[in-house]
Amino acid sequence: MNPLELYRVVRLIRRFEERAIELVRSGEIVGGIHPYIGQEAIAAGVCGALRTDDIITSTHRGHGHVLAKGADPVRMMAELAGRVTGLNKGRGGSMHAADFGLGIFGANGIVGAGGAIAAGAAWARRYQGGDQVAVSFFGDGAVSQGVLLEAFNLAGLWNVPVIFVCENNGYATTMPVEGGVAGTILGRGEAFGMPSVQVDGMDPAVVYEAAAEAVARARAGEGPSLIECMTYRFDAHHTFEHKARLNYRSEEELATGRSRDPLDIAGARLSTEDREAADAAIEELLAEAVRFACASPKPDPADAMDHLYATGLRARTGASA
Amino acid sequence: MSTTMAQAINTALRDALKDDDRVVVFGEDVGTLGGVFRITDGLTRDFGEDRCFDTPLAESGIMGFAIGMAMAGFRPVVELQFDAFAYPAFEQILSHVAKLRNRTRGALSLPIVIRVPFAGGIGGVEHHCDSSEAYYAHTPGLKVVTPATVADAYSLLREAINDPDPVVFLEPKKLYWSKDEVSLPAQTAPFGKAEVRREGTDVTLLSYGPSVPVALAAAEAAVEDGWSVEVVDLRTINPYDDATVDASVRKTGRCVVVTEASGFAGVGAEMAARVQERCFHSLAAPVLRVAGYDIPYPPPKLEHHHLPGVDRVLDTIARLQWDDVPMGSGAS
Ligand SMILES: Cc1ncc(C[n+]2csc(CCOP(=O)(O)OP(=O)(O)O)c2C)c(N)n1
Ligand SMILES: [Mg+2]
Repeated sequence: MNPLELYRVVRLIRRFEERAIELVRSGEIVGGIHPYIGQEAIAAGVCGALRTDDIITSTHRGHGHVLAKGADPVRMMAELAGRVTGLNKGRGGSMHAADFGLGIFGANGIVGAGGAIAAGAAWARRYQGGDQVAVSFFGDGAVSQGVLLEAFNLAGLWNVPVIFVCENNGYATTMPVEGGVAGTILGRGEAFGMPSVQVDGMDPAVVYEAAAEAVARARAGEGPSLIECMTYRFDAHHTFEHKARLNYRSEEELATGRSRDPLDIAGARLSTEDREAADAAIEELLAEAVRFACASPKPDPADAMDHLYATGLRARTGASA
Repeated sequence: MSTTMAQAINTALRDALKDDDRVVVFGEDVGTLGGVFRITDGLTRDFGEDRCFDTPLAESGIMGFAIGMAMAGFRPVVELQFDAFAYPAFEQILSHVAKLRNRTRGALSLPIVIRVPFAGGIGGVEHHCDSSEAYYAHTPGLKVVTPATVADAYSLLREAINDPDPVVFLEPKKLYWSKDEVSLPAQTAPFGKAEVRREGTDVTLLSYGPSVPVALAAAEAAVEDGWSVEVVDLRTINPYDDATVDASVRKTGRCVVVTEASGFAGVGAEMAARVQERCFHSLAAPVLRVAGYDIPYPPPKLEHHHLPGVDRVLDTIARLQWDDVPMGSGAS
């Protein structure tokens, strides 16, 4: 995979998140976000190994996945700001962006919920005669959810072309992995008969290699895989943490965790000119994204009752008629 | 003393931990962090990790674990982080927590408290604002409690923890930071007793939990329109206090049910049905409902349209067929 392309995606996600945090602070994005900063190499590497018609399911910390899979950053920013021009007309927001044309079968605010969805979608594509694969991203916290393990079982049992990508950033909110996971994450994949590997999640090229291998296996009909990407969340669990210091990670730990930065790792492989040119283009794109998001109209409350049902029924007002 | 609802709940947990060593508090991020709303702040520090501890991210497992602990003599107090994150635990709650006593013909009680920060009004997003009370209220075997005042938050939670039956304790998250002049410990009326929060003569507003302050504000605003509005706070949805509700409606002759939850097939529908069944001859107008729309909770910028506010309550009061009967006469 072209190092410039990997860098571009890492940089785009990093700067997108930083700009989004600014909009959280200024009140344009209400409800906050779960920043993906520090974990960008995973989305870049995995999605780099996918085709547009491949499928992903994402998480509460999903901006990176959605952008890396090709979503328009401009409409994504508008989505976060709750505007009608957003990917989902402002109704999905940070945790529920989707773009079905790009195989983005939804970020998901329910931890662990994406695994079975990805498996089902992948099964369906194969049944329809396609060679597409699906990727389910999830965190280390999600491996404690029953439904994710049920998805592992179904995928293993039915040889489903799905790749389970665990982003092990060391914590589920404030719960350290050691406190939340008995045994190992890899062991969970192995228990269901899946090839399972642990990789450096800070280097997009390394992630890409592992993903490409798993994708090739899945496309060839050889079934599901688990990739555990070791990473570190540089920023808050959620932006609420910017106001409430939670003190579950020491300053030393933060410094060590941040010392290997995917941006530096990917950037070191480029010439200064290439890097500067990529950076400048991204700045311009994101300036436009922020401008567009803030200038876009807010949803009309009058359409609140639309779209709940496809046919026959309209949402009720709840009150006495 | 000025006390917040968050402090009242924290103090109730503390006092319960102190008074009864069978009480154990656990859930996601309740230990180190003290809960995402800081409701369990300091409990691990002060009572140790055996009494207040973090769990993995596994609601179904947490709930099943609590059942086993309760069977073996503990009094688990479980926090489910937000309303919608209780849903992975529904199999355990609906199929086991609610049914074990009946299934064993009383041989086994499950003194479990399931604390759920619930409902909206804080600019939260989908999965973080659900009014989920109807799911629980519809399930026989569960007691369902939702405080609207600081004193009730303390007193009802203490009672919930002491109760031999499973109690779903729904904490209106928008009221966590509401303040009352209360000193703790506070003792208020027991489960199954509704309270008249404001007296009036023309119409009864029936509500509970997060909707009580809305009803009170509407009652205040209605003074200008010449209506004297009574506000009843259920406090506990199950058990349900028909007597207090009936007395109020029989006095005023009109009733509006105010809930933040979606209206269709909700707790508000049950409330309206009971009033109609029991107070029919006292009613001068049909019982009307003001409720959240029957849609998934909208994004933060739209939530104020969704939530029933003072205006929607006043508009509904205005529809109570005042022209048919002289205003303020009641009908009984
Ligand atoms: C079923 C469910 N329970 C609880 C939550 C609240 N919650 C949101 S994110 C999170 C931690 C997730 O940890 P992890 O899976 O490691 O992902 P990370 O946040 O580290 O990216 C929790 C507990 C949720 N969203 N869904
Ligand atoms: Mg994590």
